[in-house]
Amino acid sequence: MDLSTTYLGLELKNPIVPSASPMSRTVGNVKLMEDYGASAVVLFSIFEEQIRHETKELYHHLTYHAESYAEATSYFPSVDEYHSGPDEYLEHIRKLKESVAIPIIGSINGVTDGGWVDYAKKIEQAGADALELNVYYIPTNVSLTSDDVEQTYFDIVKDVRNQVKIPISVKLSPFFTSIPNVAQRLDNMGVNGLVMFNRFYQPDINLDTLNVEPGVLLSTSDALRLPLRWIAILYKKVKADLAATTGVHTSEDVIKLVLAGANVTMMCSALLRHGPRKIREVLTGVQQWMVEHEYPALKEVRGSMSHQSVADPSSFERANYMKALQSYM
Amino acid sequence: MSSNEKNSLREKVTIDGNEAAAYVAHKTNEVIAIYPITPSSNMGEWCDQWSSEGKKNIWGTVPVVAEMQSEGGASGAVHGALQTGSLTTTFTASQGLLLMIPNMFKIAGELTSTVFHVSARSIAAQGLSIFGDHSDVMATRSTGFAMLCSHNVQEVMDFALISQAATLESRIPFLHFFDGFRTSHEVMKIEALAINDIKAMMDENFIAAHRQRGLTSEHPVMRGTAQNPDVYFQARETVNPFYTKCPDIVQKAMDKFAKIVGRQYHLFDYFGAPDAERIVIIMGSGSEAAHETVEVLMEKGEKVGVVKVRLYRPFSIKHFINALPKTTKSIAVLDRTKEPGTSGEPMYLDVVNAVHEQFTAGELPFAAYPKIIGGRYGLSSKEFTPAMVKAAFDELSKPKMKSHFTVGINDDVSHTSLTYDPLFTTEKSDVIRAMFYGLGADGTVGANKNSIKIIGEETDFYGQGYFVYDSKKSGSTTTSHLRFGPRPILSTYLISKANFVACHQWQFLEKFDMLTSLIDGGTFLINSPFAKERVWDNLPLSVQQQILKKKIKLYVIDGNAVAQKTGMGGRVNTIMQTCFFAISGVLPKEQAIEAIKKSIKKTYGKKGEDIVKMNYAAVDATIEHLYQVEYPNELTSKIELPPVVPNYAPTFIKEVTGVMIAGNGDSIPVSKFPVDGTYPTSTTMWEKRNIATEIPSWDAEWCIQCGKCALVCPHATIRIKVYDNKLATGAPETFKHMLYKGNDYKGQAYTIQIAPEDCTGCGICVEVCPAKNKKETKYKALNMVPQPAVREQERKNWDYFLTIPEVDRRTVDVKTIKGSQFLQPLFEFSGACSGCGETPYVKLVSQLFGDRTIVANATGCSSIYGGNLPTTPWTKNADGRGPAWSNSLFEDNAEFGFGFRLSIDKQQEQANELLIHLIPQLGEEFVNEILSAKQNDELAIYEQRERVKKLKEQLKGTTTPEARHLLEIADTLVKKSVWIMGGDGWAYDIGFGGLDHVLASGANVNILVLDTEVYSNTGGQMSKSTPRGAVAKFAAGGKPVGKKDLGLIAMSYGNVYVGQVAMGANDLQTVKTFLEAEAYDGPSLIIAYSHCIAHGINMQYGLNAQKLAVDSGHWPLYRYNPALPKEGKNPFQLDSKPPKIKFEEYAYNEIRYKMLTKMAPEKAKRLLKEAQDDVMKRWRFYEQLAAMNFGGHAPQSVASEH
Repeated sequence: MDLSTTYLGLELKNPIVPSASPMSRTVGNVKLMEDYGASAVVLFSIFEEQIRHETKELYHHLTYHAESYAEATSYFPSVDEYHSGPDEYLEHIRKLKESVAIPIIGSINGVTDGGWVDYAKKIEQAGADALELNVYYIPTNVSLTSDDVEQTYFDIVKDVRNQVKIPISVKLSPFFTSIPNVAQRLDNMGVNGLVMFNRFYQPDINLDTLNVEPGVLLSTSDALRLPLRWIAILYKKVKADLAATTGVHTSEDVIKLVLAGANVTMMCSALLRHGPRKIREVLTGVQQWMVEHEYPALKEVRGSMSHQSVADPSSFERANYMKALQSYM
Repeated sequence: MSSNEKNSLREKVTIDGNEAAAYVAHKTNEVIAIYPITPSSNMGEWCDQWSSEGKKNIWGTVPVVAEMQSEGGASGAVHGALQTGSLTTTFTASQGLLLMIPNMFKIAGELTSTVFHVSARSIAAQGLSIFGDHSDVMATRSTGFAMLCSHNVQEVMDFALISQAATLESRIPFLHFFDGFRTSHEVMKIEALAINDIKAMMDENFIAAHRQRGLTSEHPVMRGTAQNPDVYFQARETVNPFYTKCPDIVQKAMDKFAKIVGRQYHLFDYFGAPDAERIVIIMGSGSEAAHETVEVLMEKGEKVGVVKVRLYRPFSIKHFINALPKTTKSIAVLDRTKEPGTSGEPMYLDVVNAVHEQFTAGELPFAAYPKIIGGRYGLSSKEFTPAMVKAAFDELSKPKMKSHFTVGINDDVSHTSLTYDPLFTTEKSDVIRAMFYGLGADGTVGANKNSIKIIGEETDFYGQGYFVYDSKKSGSTTTSHLRFGPRPILSTYLISKANFVACHQWQFLEKFDMLTSLIDGGTFLINSPFAKERVWDNLPLSVQQQILKKKIKLYVIDGNAVAQKTGMGGRVNTIMQTCFFAISGVLPKEQAIEAIKKSIKKTYGKKGEDIVKMNYAAVDATIEHLYQVEYPNELTSKIELPPVVPNYAPTFIKEVTGVMIAGNGDSIPVSKFPVDGTYPTSTTMWEKRNIATEIPSWDAEWCIQCGKCALVCPHATIRIKVYDNKLATGAPETFKHMLYKGNDYKGQAYTIQIAPEDCTGCGICVEVCPAKNKKETKYKALNMVPQPAVREQERKNWDYFLTIPEVDRRTVDVKTIKGSQFLQPLFEFSGACSGCGETPYVKLVSQLFGDRTIVANATGCSSIYGGNLPTTPWTKNADGRGPAWSNSLFEDNAEFGFGFRLSIDKQQEQANELLIHLIPQLGEEFVNEILSAKQNDELAIYEQRERVKKLKEQLKGTTTPEARHLLEIADTLVKKSVWIMGGDGWAYDIGFGGLDHVLASGANVNILVLDTEVYSNTGGQMSKSTPRGAVAKFAAGGKPVGKKDLGLIAMSYGNVYVGQVAMGANDLQTVKTFLEAEAYDGPSLIIAYSHCIAHGINMQYGLNAQKLAVDSGHWPLYRYNPALPKEGKNPFQLDSKPPKIKFEEYAYNEIRYKMLTKMAPEKAKRLLKEAQDDVMKRWRFYEQLAAMNFGGHAPQSVASEH
């Protein structure tokens, strides 16, 4: 049974790629994921805030009260050099490359076109096989147009594309007016993969304290409908590879997304809930389905139910809504 | 460069005296045992840093550095290491040196080679002082140590080596000393000794001999015998030949050093006219000012000279007399110390004796027996200027000279002081002199140190930097004095004629007179929030006057705006530094900018590209925003400077305290001072520092009247009163009040008032406020607002608030947060850090028990913010009662407070005896009422006070000795609460022995440990309270062992009340613990978690840090009450819940832990795991303790009011 696929120019033995999550913080976990069958790993994201602010935070606290008082010209031992969060991230990539055989995809999460882009190069130098850009932007300014927002994405991508030679993917927000257009423009800029979609941290309100508390809600299979539609629509319309990254919990989910056109399906919530062994279970399920449905290779599955391959493309479009209503009636 | 070339390289470096001493000490020793004390702490810190970086000594091994529990301990360890053959050193000063004296006698008595490097500092007498003089070293004269004095930073490095060489050859231990602060902290460009220089000075034969004398079981001997009258005397005299030879050995070492390095020194160096008649003898940094003065006086043809004393002990009469010109007629010996009751200060007596002995021997080389006078100068870093040196020379010209004079002060009591001409100056015109006024927090000093380095490296100029700090920990101001010139700078005094003055904070214009020091036509740079067109009109009138009069060149920059724009936050350091270079012309502008950037890269390059970029951006933006101001030739300002203290202040406040506050303490004459160090309390209230940019504003609409804001306020600037509603009607218009919500004061008015000019703006109150504005949840019942806009209005409101009577203590339920905060704080407006974690506990003591409290305060942060002049936060209530406070030492505080208790108890016992004796006059019933009074609550104490008042009235009419005696001590019949306070450095380390003894004594004292888990006052050195994994000085790699469980040790006695509290986690438990501890008739120990700037946190969120410490189990809350087993109850009650977050979640909220992950990630992981294990082990153990059955029901823990 041939489960192999390609993603960002990488030959992968199967379509299961754990997406960015705290699971990849230790070498041991990544090894486990490899052992259970993961074909590549997207590392946890290094946040722009971390890159920009962590060293500043240290600098602030180590110097703020210094040279203020005759008896204490400083409050901490003098440190000649320190490893900031990003340095640790790079070291982590180096260690992973020594410890596992599967490709390692670095991940940067940011919102501005700033100095952190240089960091992409460092990730490349550390040995990452590819880089995922997670542009996390919530517009709150009413005068900001959709063009402005899109331009932010393009600027960052352009900068990073110029910095690195390794393949890059962009993790998208589902909230563009025209996803296909954004996808195509990114495609034209040389982006090698589109990851759909970013699962934003959604705010919640604590009713006792009246504080806004950010929290992460783990996804369920229901969430895959969103990437399913857009992968199906974008399949073959862009050169970039397509990765599905929300709602991948079961072998059925994987198969659906590959049918729609995904090169890889990325798992996160399911692994956080059940551990890396879940990968093996999903892979076994995919194999069983392929046997039952007589698909010898996954590549043949891929895209067979994309927007352009299905009998009724409107089923991925608005008319689909009308149909749903009718069937309900 | 080959390694040999590198080892021969003598680099020009810009460093301070402490670093210079430490450099040689680290290169020439194997064992270093120290204990932090200002101003010597940095020497140990440098050595610790170099050793932790793996830097080796000249024999290729990394010296071991051990921090001890006290200087006594350090000297013991040094003695031990020496006795076993290691090259060993230590660094200390002041009280620390005194604690070493016993070992110094031993070390010298055993003829052991070592060098102690001492940054000489005042001794605590009528008051403590951290500043420099020779009181400490002079107290060690009889120990047998040789004493070699360095006069400047270059000499510190040179003499550190010369003394090391001389001690090995002579076998006499050396005390190498230099002036605290003036030399220890003065930054200077010097030539560093090359490794090969150091090697060349070390004679391996002497080192081998030192080792061979070490104790070893291979060749056993004994040392340290006890000797009897038959032999001790003779044995003591055996060492004489060694002392006789010592001066020549030192001179030999100096000569050898001159051959190797090129700088020639002598035991006594003379500078002056070859035919000088008037001679000043002086030792230490003051000799530099004297040298400068002699130079100028000689140019005027005066026959004067100065002898700089270098080797003070052994005092070589021969060398001394030979150093004097044969033409000498009169001598003034200047001592930087005070020996009350003596016939003369030490060096004066040495000189008198030297002249006398040579005269007796018939070897006096002078035409006539010279006149010799002695004088004192420069105590506690008092300024010592050429004008004062000249005054001493002038005195030598008078027919009737004043001996035992003082110079530099106005002694209008004993009339010892010489008058001097303050306008006399020796400053040369080719020396650039710049002064910078900054805030501690704006980075001014750091930037200036950097500027000196830049100029030192980029030019042939010599540079000097000296930095003056005020004694506050919040909003502290710094003044930097920088000189640059073509010759080595000898001006060991502050700048009084500056070419350049920079004001880094606009508000200083109303606080300090900065322009008196600026020369005509000089340059004045202001960091101004006003655009260049508006600056002039916003300057105070007096500033405008001086600018016009002196035709000053005025420059401005909105440094804060540039800082904000470039991400520098509140740090204007790089910006103002760039301005200095751009304007001053010390370097060509382009070269200067490049040099600043190079220096930024060097300083921050390894710490993050972003920081480098941020600073670069600040440099570039500065040039664009720096403007010269064209001002009109007329005065336009309406801004007059307010008086420092109001006219209605008491006389002492106006004549002494206010003058100190204004920065003119130097001008106060002797007669104005208390003779015994006794000062009035209630003085911070006059200071009105106005350091907050934002202060809280109360929104009564949402207030739930919980009182938490007042409880946590570190500076007692939030006050709460409940009062007669009628009083609210006469209040100023903006005065806020609401109806009290509870039943206890139903119908009364309730006000929360902020002291606008005393608040430091920490924001802790807003953080703790639980009441949200329900219409807009970003607001609370307290919100920060800009201070200047509300200052005037709130000042009036505050003044009105003070006129409202305090709540009657008898009516208050003190067990609640709300109730406790109706009690007037008798500790207010301290100089502690903004957001301090200690002061809320101190304040709480003052609220709950202040009217009957006597405080023994260990030296440390709490003694500084509690008792550093000019003002004290300890205050009195309307009845004139309040805490009486004293600081003895660092190490003896528990014993000191124990002494209070012994004394008060004894007096009370006597009073009781006298009462019984006087029953016939006083009446049995009345006496019994007094004797049997329980005094266990506010009402009962009030009633006892009333009885004692009545008693005193009755006694006044009686003349018997018993009645008179009882009248003197009758006040002790009212309960007195003894509080012994200090930090963890005191309680866990240096004072632990005494603390332990006092706990064991059973005495009724209350011990409050303000536990910051580190030495905060001296700058973050590890204590035995420092937790595992935290980074501190002397634990740069993270503390490898867990903290001492002081509470558990105290509990082991069984009769000690022990409470562990953290106000931020459970404020109600804190209040309850304080009440129980005080009520317990025996020793009580409260260990209070105190967040601190040394933790590396945002102080606004300090209470949250406390909560995390408790939630993680790092800081379990508990109370151990020895009274409970009698009721069949377990004395130990755990008041916090099992750990509910990981240790990591608490720890990595603080830089002290987090920085280890950046320095040594693997080690950080290991220590984190071990620390987590510590937490769980301790928790399980405590759980078992709490579960033990004492026969009754388990007591209830205190639930939080949250």
